This record gives sequence, C-alpha cells and structure tokens, in this order.
Amino acid sequence: MSPSTTTRRHGARAVALVAGVAAIALLATGCSSSASTDTSTGAAASGSGDKNYAITFLPKNLGNAYFDTSDKGGSKAITEFGGTYAEVGPATAAADAQVSFINTLTQQGVGAIIISADDPTAIGSALNEARAAGTKVVTFDSDTDPQYRDLYINQATADGIAKIEVDLITKQIGDTGEVAILSASANATNQNAWIETMKKELAANHPNVTLVDTVYGNDDDQTSFDKTAALLQSHPNLKGIISPTTVGIAAAARYLQTSQYKGKVALTGLGTPNQMRDYVNDGTVTAFALWNPADLGYLAAYGAKALIDGTITGKEGDKFTAGALGEFTVGKDATVLLGEPFTFTKENIADFNF
Amino acid sequence: MTISAPADSRTGTRVYAEYGRPFWMRLLLTREMAVIVALILVIVIASLEVRRFGTTTTLGFLLLDVAPILMIALPMTLVIMMGEIDLSVASTLGLSSVLLGILTQAGWPVPVAIVACLVMGLVAGLINGLLVTVVGLPSLAVTIGTLALYRGIAVGLLGTTAVTSFPAFWTGLAQSKFGSTGIPVAMVLVVALIVVFVALLHFTPFGRGIVAIGFSTETAHFSGVHVNRTKVVAFMLTGLIAALAGIYWTFRYGSARGDNAMGLELSVIAAVLLGGVSIFGGKGAIHGVIAGVLLIGVLQSALRLANVSSDVINIITGALLILSVLSPRFLSWFRSLRFRRATPEKQKQ
Repeated sequence: MSPSTTTRRHGARAVALVAGVAAIALLATGCSSSASTDTSTGAAASGSGDKNYAITFLPKNLGNAYFDTSDKGGSKAITEFGGTYAEVGPATAAADAQVSFINTLTQQGVGAIIISADDPTAIGSALNEARAAGTKVVTFDSDTDPQYRDLYINQATADGIAKIEVDLITKQIGDTGEVAILSASANATNQNAWIETMKKELAANHPNVTLVDTVYGNDDDQTSFDKTAALLQSHPNLKGIISPTTVGIAAAARYLQTSQYKGKVALTGLGTPNQMRDYVNDGTVTAFALWNPADLGYLAAYGAKALIDGTITGKEGDKFTAGALGEFTVGKDATVLLGEPFTFTKENIADFNF
Repeated sequence: MTISAPADSRTGTRVYAEYGRPFWMRLLLTREMAVIVALILVIVIASLEVRRFGTTTTLGFLLLDVAPILMIALPMTLVIMMGEIDLSVASTLGLSSVLLGILTQAGWPVPVAIVACLVMGLVAGLINGLLVTVVGLPSLAVTIGTLALYRGIAVGLLGTTAVTSFPAFWTGLAQSKFGSTGIPVAMVLVVALIVVFVALLHFTPFGRGIVAIGFSTETAHFSGVHVNRTKVVAFMLTGLIAALAGIYWTFRYGSARGDNAMGLELSVIAAVLLGGVSIFGGKGAIHGVIAGVLLIGVLQSALRLANVSSDVINIITGALLILSVLSPRFLSWFRSLRFRRATPEKQKQ
C-alpha cells in the first residue's frame, strides 16, 4: 500500500463524510425553513392585532390520547378568538426535555405557554425566565409550585369527585343497601381524601346506604381484579362498588362482565372512556365520572387569552369568560376550577376518545 | 509495491502508513475534521434559515443543555476507545443527584455533600471497573446491570418525592451566565475538564495506553501497559464525572429526583460515536467528540426553534448517527471494489 493511495482514499472518505453530513443538515434545515415560514406567518397573523395570541400547548409528552383530547379543546378555543395554536412537547415525559421546549418558546416570544408540568419545581426557573420575557404561563392537569405560573386550571376538587361518585352509586342502587370501595393504595393521599369525603356524604345524605368495606388494589390490574372477586364473595349482599381509580374501575368491570354479578352489582368511579367503553356498551357499567379533558384545554386557552388581554392577573376574585363554558372566577393561589366532574354514559361515550 | 495490505481498516498497518502523509493532510483530512466542518455548516445554515437562532440566548440555552452530555462524553471517550462501554453513567448521575438532595436536606454543608457525591461516583466506577477487569465480565453486561442497580438505589432512596430546596448561591452558579454573552458560568468547569482530558488522552503515557488497549489488549500488555489498572481508572473517571454532572444537573434544575437524566447514557454514547470514536476501540480524539456533542445539540436546538416536532428531530438525529457510523464502512467497501479492479492489472505485470 503506497502512501499516496492511502492519502487519496482517506481524503475521499473524509470528503464523502462531509458531503453526507451536509446532506442531512440540508435536509433538516429544509424541513425547518418551511416550518419557520409557518411560524413567521403565524406570528404575523397574531401580531396584526395589538395582542400576541400565539398560544402553545406543552403537554407532559406527545402521543398521549389524554393530551391529544385536551389540546384539541384548546385548539378549538384559540380558533374561536383568532389566535395561533401550536403544540410542542417531548416524545417521552421528562422535566429536562420540557425545559428545552420552554426555553425555545421563550426565544420565539409566544404570547402564552399552557403546560402540564412534568415536575413541580424543575421547570420553575425556565418558566420564570419565560414570564420575565413577557410570556404568560398557564398550567393545567398537573401544576407547578404557584410562584412559577400565572394561572392553574384545576380539573376537579376532592369534594366534587366524592360527591359525584356517591350520587352515581346511590342512584343506581335505589339509595339503599351495602356498598364497598375499591381504592388504589392504602396511603394514596388524594384517594384517602376522597374516601373520607364520601363517608361523610353517605352518612349525611344517604342513611340507608352502608359502606361495608374498603379494599386496596394498589393500582395494579391483577390485584384489583382479585380484590373485586374477594369483595363479592365476602359480602353476598353487596349492591354497589365505587372505585375512584382508573385502574381499579377497569379491573372491577372486567371481573363483573363475566361473572354472575353482572347487572346485579352496580359499579362506578373514575375511569377513562377508552378503558370503559366495552363495559358501558354491554351494560356492565351504567355511568362513571371524570373531568372532560377537552373542556380543560378549552378553559386553559381562554384563561391564557384573559391573561394576555389583561382582563385577569391571577388575583383572587378576577373574572373572565371562557367561550361556550361561560364565566369563571379565579380562586385562591391563582387557581381556576373547571367545575363538576363529567359523567360518561352509554349515550355520550362515543363522543370521547382518550 | 507488490505486497497489498488487507483492506480491513482496523489493522495496524494502515495506521502507521498514515504517517507517510504530509502534516497538513494528517491534520485536516480526518474523521474529526469532517464532524467539525459539518458542525460549522449546520451553524451557518441554521443562522441563516432559522429565525432567532443566531442569538446569545440560543447560545446560552444550548450550552446549558449540552453541558452534562459534554462532561460525561469526555471520560466516555476513554472507555469506548479501550473497546469497552459504560451504560451506567446516567444512573450514576441520578444517584449523585439524589445523594446531594438527601445530604443537603439533612443539613450537610453543600461543599461537603458535593465531595461525598464525587466519592460515591468514584466508588460506582470502581465497582464497574473491578467487575470488568478482576472478574473479567464484558463491560456491556456489567454496566447494564449497574445501570439498573444505581438507578434502583436512586429511586428507592427518594421514591417519588423530590428535594427542591437548595441554597440560591449554588443554583445561581449553575444557571447564571457571563453578562450578556450568553455563555453559562458552568462552562468554566466544562472547559477545564476538556483541557484535562485532552492532556490525559493525547499527551500522557496513560492516554497512549488507552489507545494501545483499544487496538489489542495482548499487544498493549506485552508493551508494558497496565491493562487492568488503566481500565479501572477509566471507569472510575467516568463515575466521577457522571457524579459531577449529577451535581450540575441538580443545581441547574433545582430538583433532586431519582429519575433525573433517565436515558442520558444513550445521548452521550451517540455523541461520542458521532464524534468519530470507533466503537471497536483504538480510534478517536477529544476534539471530534466535542464537535459531535455540539453537532447534535445545535441540530436539535435549531430544529426545535423551527417548530419541527420532536419525533422528526429524533429521526434526523438517528439517521445522522447511523450515517456517520456507516460511512467509513461503506467507503472501505467502495475502496475494496476499486482495489479489486486494480489488482488484476498488477498481477499481469
């Protein structure tokens, strides 16, 4: 092998590598230049008024049916008031990836970021940097510490969740008989708060209904399934089960569907339409509750608009109108409550996909 | 010249032949230089095409983002050049972050907690190194194991909670920038590390030993290189720097969590390979690795600014990596075709 041959070969290799990488780079920026045109026209459109209605949703991660639904609701609202909707986010939920996206949005100078936080503090300094640059920050679904955002759209309160579940089960069993609760884990803070409120609600308004047992499925499908079976065996007179966890209610419904108790024992709780669709359609479950994520996104978008307009600042008692959802009042810690949980039944479940 | 060397680019023959080229060619026509040229190209194109890319703000955010990858890529280069790998770095980072959180929460002064984290990093690396050398297990298997082990300890210690109260001085140090230049203060640390690792790899017997091990462990051994000692030290350096990156990470995000930097090891290894380090060992240089890290960082930052979705960004980064790993092989195959065509004529003579 002569030195000159080596040189030529090595040179050719380096040149070809540069060419290859450059081709990729060109390809990449080819995508980007078209996309950046979109942004600039978008910014121009939203800049035609004197308010910057460029509003970007930043969910925990993309490709998540729940956030697809909520962000679609946001998109609907933003179209209504003539703003520019965008959705960006990491492929997998991680706080550091969200920080990179927040930084990018800060640089782009969007009017508002609507974010479901992957971490209540880790994204804080990035959000504050965005706010210092004039961007409004609205959290929804999952909040940050209050000092890092302008507004939090809360999907439901403990009282609201407890009340609707008691209402649903008592209505289904004729307001008399034995009921039981299938919860997540014994030390889940929010579950326990709901259970306490349910007990009070039952004692106060439903004297003929007795809560005979509370069992824990640990938010594990198989454990919840087995606990449901055990519950039905040890309480032959049981008329209803409340499961305030999406894992629990789906497992319990799966057990009921093929058991002798189908149609005899009522089941309700918190579930998602996609998990519960079959059980609702075949009559195993009559009704269950959850908030409507599309409404959540819709309200968050109007909240962002009100902040941009200066209608609200996040002060307690501030009021704003959220399109078709009506008027909302800002509560303590700059929190806006979406309202009562939404009840899913055979009639409306086909409208939802999450 | 009748003797033809085998076309395999991994043999020693070819490498020594390269010294027959003029100095400027040896300097410029390298894999590393190709990555640097690509980096400059991407920066130029992005500055022209992507709005708001050519700003000091972009520079600041970019450097803050790549700093942990850049730090860990330096010792990772040493490990990969020996033909080994360390997949446990992100878990060591997470463990260091959790340890820092727990110790400061328990009232330890931050500097003491930092030293404790660094010692933990050294121990984590030592365990990897000893399992690879003394026990003789492949580093891929060992560090897959410690990846799970260290992450498991980290998540187990803090559970789903996070420690978020750190002295403002330290978080400020990790987040602040030099005036309006956009350059983060933390880059001082990164640059210092770069100087140390360039010196270590390219200008010390230890570094030459690493290259020798990468070509052939036996040859290195018979040439007087302490193979096991070199390997253990390289793994300990990786653990140490991963722990250091964990401290930076904790202060930068102001949050110590067990799942911090999950999956970062793949970003680090991707950048090292893109920077021209051979996964088979023996070849590579720190300047190429730095360019590799920055190339991925700049590309991702520019694409994000241009509103390209994260899936497309992943696809482009992946394609770039495969292309860069593939190109030397493809070209050597291409050369061997030319070579075969040329050979019969020589035989006739």
